[in-house]
Amino acid sequence: MSVLPLPKAQAAADPILAVDDIVMEFPTPDGVVKALDHVSLSVRAGEFLSVIGPSGCGKSTLFNIVGGLQRGYQGRVSIGGEAVEGPHPAIGMVFQEESTFPWRTVLQNVEFPLEISGVAKARRQEMARRFIAMVGLGGFENRYPAELSGGMKQRVAIARTLAFEPKILLMDEPFASLDEQTRLLLGDKVLQIQQELQQTTLLITHNITEAVQLSDRILVMTYRPGRVKRILDIDLPRPRTSETIGSEAFGRFVAQLWSDLRDEATRGMDEQQELMRNAGRGP
Amino acid sequence: MTSRLRIDDGPLPALMGLAGIAALLLLIEGLISVGLLNPFIVPKPSQVIGSFYRVVVEENVLERFVLTIKECLFAVALVTIVGVSIGVLLHRVSLLRQATETWVAAFASAPVVLMYPLFLVMFGRSALTIVMMGFAAGLPPVILKTIEGLSSTRRVLLAVGQSFKLTPRQMFWKIQLPSSLPAIFVGLKLGLIFALINIVGVEFLINFGGLGQLINDLAERYDLPGTYAAISFVVVVSVGFFMIAERAERWLIR
Repeated sequence: MSVLPLPKAQAAADPILAVDDIVMEFPTPDGVVKALDHVSLSVRAGEFLSVIGPSGCGKSTLFNIVGGLQRGYQGRVSIGGEAVEGPHPAIGMVFQEESTFPWRTVLQNVEFPLEISGVAKARRQEMARRFIAMVGLGGFENRYPAELSGGMKQRVAIARTLAFEPKILLMDEPFASLDEQTRLLLGDKVLQIQQELQQTTLLITHNITEAVQLSDRILVMTYRPGRVKRILDIDLPRPRTSETIGSEAFGRFVAQLWSDLRDEATRGMDEQQELMRNAGRGP
Repeated sequence: MTSRLRIDDGPLPALMGLAGIAALLLLIEGLISVGLLNPFIVPKPSQVIGSFYRVVVEENVLERFVLTIKECLFAVALVTIVGVSIGVLLHRVSLLRQATETWVAAFASAPVVLMYPLFLVMFGRSALTIVMMGFAAGLPPVILKTIEGLSSTRRVLLAVGQSFKLTPRQMFWKIQLPSSLPAIFVGLKLGLIFALINIVGVEFLINFGGLGQLINDLAERYDLPGTYAAISFVVVVSVGFFMIAERAERWLIR
């Protein structure tokens, strides 16, 4: 296990994605809230980087900024040196909320980005079937999302994003609404896909086990304003599966991460309770 | 992981519905027979059923039936095209929406049928007046439900569209419109009800056209079983349109 203090900008070799010195503030009725405070990170090609932090640390804001959905920030996001000014074709996003199109079958959902790109029907169906099989949903092509479980819907969303063939897969707590067992099994599936495609992945999560199971590196954020607290290299051997979580080394990483996060989570909880107390007192 | 089970009760719900109607008719028949309902106001259901053949043969029902259906079809087509378009426009132009939405909602509850003299002046004593009255009555719910449907498109679906770099046009046709179809169909079904009520009502009031005129004629002759038989045909039209709308909804939305 190695714990590295974070320099302002990561000196990573050939980063495909670079986030430099991001500051994001939101105006609120109680004044300006700083969500992100000089956050920098970089992701190398083929790497799996997770960003972990307590609720309110600005993880989802960072997700939206990297995905090009959030404007009005200071700093720079670049892909292969090119600045990201909005949604970028090199980034495929998987959202926390259930995001399949209920009026489309599994096949039509996964075909969607290819249809938008103007890929011929036969070709896009062939490609979509490949990604559906990859996420383990072969045989469900003609089902509608309403006929699937939560975990299956999230796999459809992942397959749809993969069909977009992004250089970087950006995921915001994609398993947050799933039960623990499904979450672990889906983690296996994501690992398998990531290894098969050598897919560069940036995962936003608050789940320590999930982060250790999946990541090459984990970036720990502080409670509001979100800053980079430290980065952990997870040097567990690959290929990993959900069985890896039973190992002693895995336990050490989890303990280390929790030790980093506990103070932040406690601070977040205290601040939120204080806010609620103040709100309860009224003007 | 489990897939959701589909419960198919076969023809049971439809049979239960028919049995319910039959039970209601039997109850009315009984109440009239024992003198609790006045047979000079409500005819016996058996008399109404018995008058069907006479009404069909002597009153040229088929032609009137087709005429009312045609008026309904034109009105519903107009309501769909114009209503959904206005709904989309008001959803897009916030200022216009804020300026007009309350008026549209107020118009939905207005007794539009009372405006028939104005429509007579504008369009004459013709089928066009009837269609336009149906159109005016059916329009507000379609507009309001289109706005509601478009406004309630889940933000995450729009974010998915943004992440795939959809153009505004693609965003509308591929995400916003399909996502709002359930709400739009609720509006269309309400619009259909309002349009049909007004179409038959105006046919009745101006004594012109299809089933409404027939109801007027039979009522003026005090042929109560015939009147109720004609009203049954209106119900058939309504049920027919509703079934078509439901099928279209299921086909489009799944």
